[in-house]
Amino acid sequence: MSGSESIVVDQVTKSFTLRYHRTFKQMTVAALRRQEISNSFKALDDVSFVIEQGESIGLMGLNGSGKSTLLKLINGVMRPDGGQVLTRGRIAGLIATGAGFHPQLTGRENIYLNAAVLGMSEAETRRKFDDIAEFAELGKFLDSPVGHYSSGMSSRLGFAIAIHVDSDIFLADEVLAVGDKPFKQKCLAKMQEVRDGGRTLVYVSHAAGSVRKMCDRVIVLEQGRVGFDGEVNEGIKYVKYDSGDDGQENEDEELGADI
Amino acid sequence: MTDVTEPVTAAERPERPEHHVDAPLAPPSATTGLLEVFRRRYLLRLLIRREISARYQGSFLGLLWSYINPLTQFFIYYFVMGVLFQLHKNVPVFAIHMFCGIIIVHFFNETFNAGTRSIVRNKALVQKMALPREMFPVASMLVSGYHVVPQLVIMVIACVILGWTPTFAGAVALLLALLIIATVGTAMALLFSAANVYFRDVSNVGQILTNFVRFGVPMIYPYTMVQDRFGSAAEYYLYNPVACAVLLFQKAFWVGTTDDPAQTAAEHLPSDLWAYSVLALLVGVALLCFAQLVFSRLENKIPERL
Repeated sequence: MSGSESIVVDQVTKSFTLRYHRTFKQMTVAALRRQEISNSFKALDDVSFVIEQGESIGLMGLNGSGKSTLLKLINGVMRPDGGQVLTRGRIAGLIATGAGFHPQLTGRENIYLNAAVLGMSEAETRRKFDDIAEFAELGKFLDSPVGHYSSGMSSRLGFAIAIHVDSDIFLADEVLAVGDKPFKQKCLAKMQEVRDGGRTLVYVSHAAGSVRKMCDRVIVLEQGRVGFDGEVNEGIKYVKYDSGDDGQENEDEELGADI
Repeated sequence: MTDVTEPVTAAERPERPEHHVDAPLAPPSATTGLLEVFRRRYLLRLLIRREISARYQGSFLGLLWSYINPLTQFFIYYFVMGVLFQLHKNVPVFAIHMFCGIIIVHFFNETFNAGTRSIVRNKALVQKMALPREMFPVASMLVSGYHVVPQLVIMVIACVILGWTPTFAGAVALLLALLIIATVGTAMALLFSAANVYFRDVSNVGQILTNFVRFGVPMIYPYTMVQDRFGSAAEYYLYNPVACAVLLFQKAFWVGTTDDPAQTAAEHLPSDLWAYSVLALLVGVALLCFAQLVFSRLENKIPERL
């Protein structure tokens, strides 16, 4: 009998090393002067929470509070230095407004490559190809290299692929930051579909309105620590309070962009 | 302002259908390693295709370059060593003797150099998607291996014209040689690709090493010369797996094109070549295990150091 947790984050710590001096010469000079050669900071510090299957979580926090790092640990790109991350089932999603695309490959080739990385077979990709292409609305640009795409276009393609994978966990990191309004609405509708299908959703956003609409729990990160974990409205209030922003005024900005 | 749906509060939200996942809870990044690479063959195939198209991106002659390069090398060496240094007088069918070396050296160097750069070049994927990162060096090796095939075809045609007939021992030697290069090459590519993320200097070290490889094998000079100059120390020369592979290739092709194959083999090839070759393959496998170990250690920090 398997349990009902979808994502377990248990006392996770992740630190990054900042290197001040990289070349041999700089390192030697710095060592002679007894300056610091490197310095590490904790992007995540003792973070713990459990997400149940079917929950949709709004992950909030200021820039640099560790949201993307946390998502990278959840999707397996990075490993924690301490503690552990456990997940159940297939994970799809976007990290930092874009999927890993190869600039020289065309949109079409990237769809296949990206889907294969996410664990889809060739037949599965072929079956879903038209849906993906249609959702991304790239038209004739589908066969030109992704390197020539605008940032909006490539994030559209990334979202289209990720959302069409049969995943059990969907990670969405500021997906709506670059798209235009009609596309944002389409994405939100699609994500609601994912959520209503009972899949686990982790949604990173600075837009209070869409978090309120999408999520039933908010986790706020503050300098790598869990600052708040609980009810949506309180969580949003918590973020606003801490960021010292202008409060409730722009709340009806449902699809708001980055703060 | 057109909303997609009416905002609803959590309380009045309809009950969602159950989407129960039975998969076990597992670390999301657990499945890495060389074995995993070969379990995900479809992804590997796509990466190979990408690598082939990327290697000749924006070039007019494209894939032809991978033949022009060894071919020009062939003519340069043939002219300098053969004609200028008059080496082809002592070595029967010097051209084939050299071509054996060129194929092997090219295979190894391509694997090694492209493999070293492979992770850095695939930055976009490595930073954002979870996949076994061993994929990239392995794909580089397979792409280089793919380029060996047409060169082998040229070799066989040339040899047949010179009156060569295939032998069973030759086929075994050929296979063994390719296996040695594949294992040693992949091991080196794994080691250097991870190290290259930390310090880009590593790719320069790689360049130097490829030069050593070029002159450390019996390609532009025959093995007999090594024996003459070094005497019993020539044994250490054979501990170089790439040199072993070249000698195996010469056993497979070159020996058969000379007037008296048995005589040539006895004169120009070491008597215990088989033993050294098996040793080289074992070294290759051991090196591969070691490389995998180091790679797994270094891998943790790869995405953040890119």
